Amino acid sequence: MNYKIENIKQITVTKPLKLDCGQTINNFPIAYETYGKLNKEKNNAILIFHALTGDQFVSGTNPVTNKSGWWNSIVGPEKAVDTEKYFIICANVLGGCMGSFGPKNLNEADGQPYGLKFPVITIRDMIKAQESLLEYFNIKKLLSVLGGSMGGMQLLQFCALYPNRTFSAVPIASTTSHNAQQIALNELARQAIMSDPFWNKGNYYKEKKSPKNGLAVARMAAHITYMSDKGLQERFGRKLQEKKDYEFTFDADFQVESYLRHQGNVFVDRFDANSYLYISRAMDYFDLSKQFKNGLIGAFQNHKTRFLIISFSSDWLYPTKNSKDIVIALNASGANVAFAEIKTDKGHDSFLINEPEFSETLKGFLDSNFDIFKNEK
Amino acid sequence: MKNEFKIIANLIPIQSRLLDVGCGDGTLIEALIKQKNIDARGIELEENKVKKCISKGLSVIQGNAETELSQFPDKAFDFVVLSQTLQAFYRPENVLNELLRIGKKVIISIPNFGYWQVRVSLLFFGKMPVTKSLPDLWFNTPNLHMCSIKDFYQFCEKKKIKMNKIIGINSEKTSSINRINLEMKNLLSEVGIFLIS
Repeated sequence: MNYKIENIKQITVTKPLKLDCGQTINNFPIAYETYGKLNKEKNNAILIFHALTGDQFVSGTNPVTNKSGWWNSIVGPEKAVDTEKYFIICANVLGGCMGSFGPKNLNEADGQPYGLKFPVITIRDMIKAQESLLEYFNIKKLLSVLGGSMGGMQLLQFCALYPNRTFSAVPIASTTSHNAQQIALNELARQAIMSDPFWNKGNYYKEKKSPKNGLAVARMAAHITYMSDKGLQERFGRKLQEKKDYEFTFDADFQVESYLRHQGNVFVDRFDANSYLYISRAMDYFDLSKQFKNGLIGAFQNHKTRFLIISFSSDWLYPTKNSKDIVIALNASGANVAFAEIKTDKGHDSFLINEPEFSETLKGFLDSNFDIFKNEK
Repeated sequence: MKNEFKIIANLIPIQSRLLDVGCGDGTLIEALIKQKNIDARGIELEENKVKKCISKGLSVIQGNAETELSQFPDKAFDFVVLSQTLQAFYRPENVLNELLRIGKKVIISIPNFGYWQVRVSLLFFGKMPVTKSLPDLWFNTPNLHMCSIKDFYQFCEKKKIKMNKIIGINSEKTSSINRINLEMKNLLSEVGIFLIS
């Protein structure tokens, strides 16, 4: 959770930003990372939006965690999103904990970390905050925007808010609003964090202990939703963890238990519990149809953006139906849309893995759209 | 590009808005975008073919035309094309109504069950016909509702669907079909193309 600031690039957003909650913020940092080179024509830029627990370190090695970037299988030299060809930008979201303005930042008013005094933010606030990056790089129109899960929500919000800022867009395993089940799962995670005594109503930054157990449980619960029943069964089944028989205790007898505990433990080292609360809240509040008179159709009316919607057959967190609803709204508003459902057992996490069908489709779409975009200019 | 597609392409004016239903690997719309700068969409059931289309930069959605045409608004397209697929739907009449709702004009091609080779196969050999345009056997054919050019002609008449143009194809030869030569063309054409509205 603690990082060396020299590894993080930041801009300071000076323009006041009026948040959906009514508060206004200004002079706040947005952290970002870039990969590849922006060409002379400035027509090879791709903006990537990260998911709930992601960050700006998409490719290569994350300099803070020393682990692979979260989309390293897809983004990099000669990969599906080829950094030798394209210029990639990714920002840490507003409310995040990897250098962008978030609840662990110090409040100038009292010199203390914000904690729960941090304003409740929305997906739309995140997008408005990131727009400054495009100004910073002086990019008028992006080649594409990409995002899976919450990244897809940001992407849809971006397209609805700035209709002419991108030539194409690929929302992956995403939705235009959370349903009751999706909100319920986020609430479960938040309650796990808030019921940890060390959470202390969000004031833990200066304490010796932080709500690591609560955050780990939140991560464990969420992790189950990222995998499919079949994927989990094939990987773990009822296999025991380095033992021949049950030990008749509550230690991790089963491999799947051990795996989830591990996922929980490694997560707390890199993520802030309050950020989890704020960002998951933003996801629950997101409802694109509410922002426009004609609902979703109004969100995309007269848009020229070329959309590719991707879903995964075994994803039960953001199932194909969520993606099809986006397709239906886009078609109803006459937008330009392609759609593919990728067959896989890997569940929601498929978008993070190099599933050949997925990465080939994405690559084909980007490369062909780059050709069309270049010729259009 | 196969002859049928060339004929269909000739029916499309430049810069039209077109939906290709069951667009396969996108051969037709790709050619039409290049030749006539049309604004094209496609819908295709098979994942592999959808992937091919997307890699060509075509806006194709993976889906089932039998159930998913309802998402398009009325008269959303200048042309809707359905190439040799009508007979494979469970409810071809419903699909046809949807095509006519979302397209100002509809181009439908059908493998002609009235073609002489088909008739010969049944009449003399007592077997279900296998021809160039009907390559599958009775147990693995996707075709559920076969019809002849004459059947479809009479269907359009009965449903008061306007037939703007009918073209018969026999290998490389094409000919215009009308009320007078219908019987003959129904015998000699392998495939019939109807432009209806």
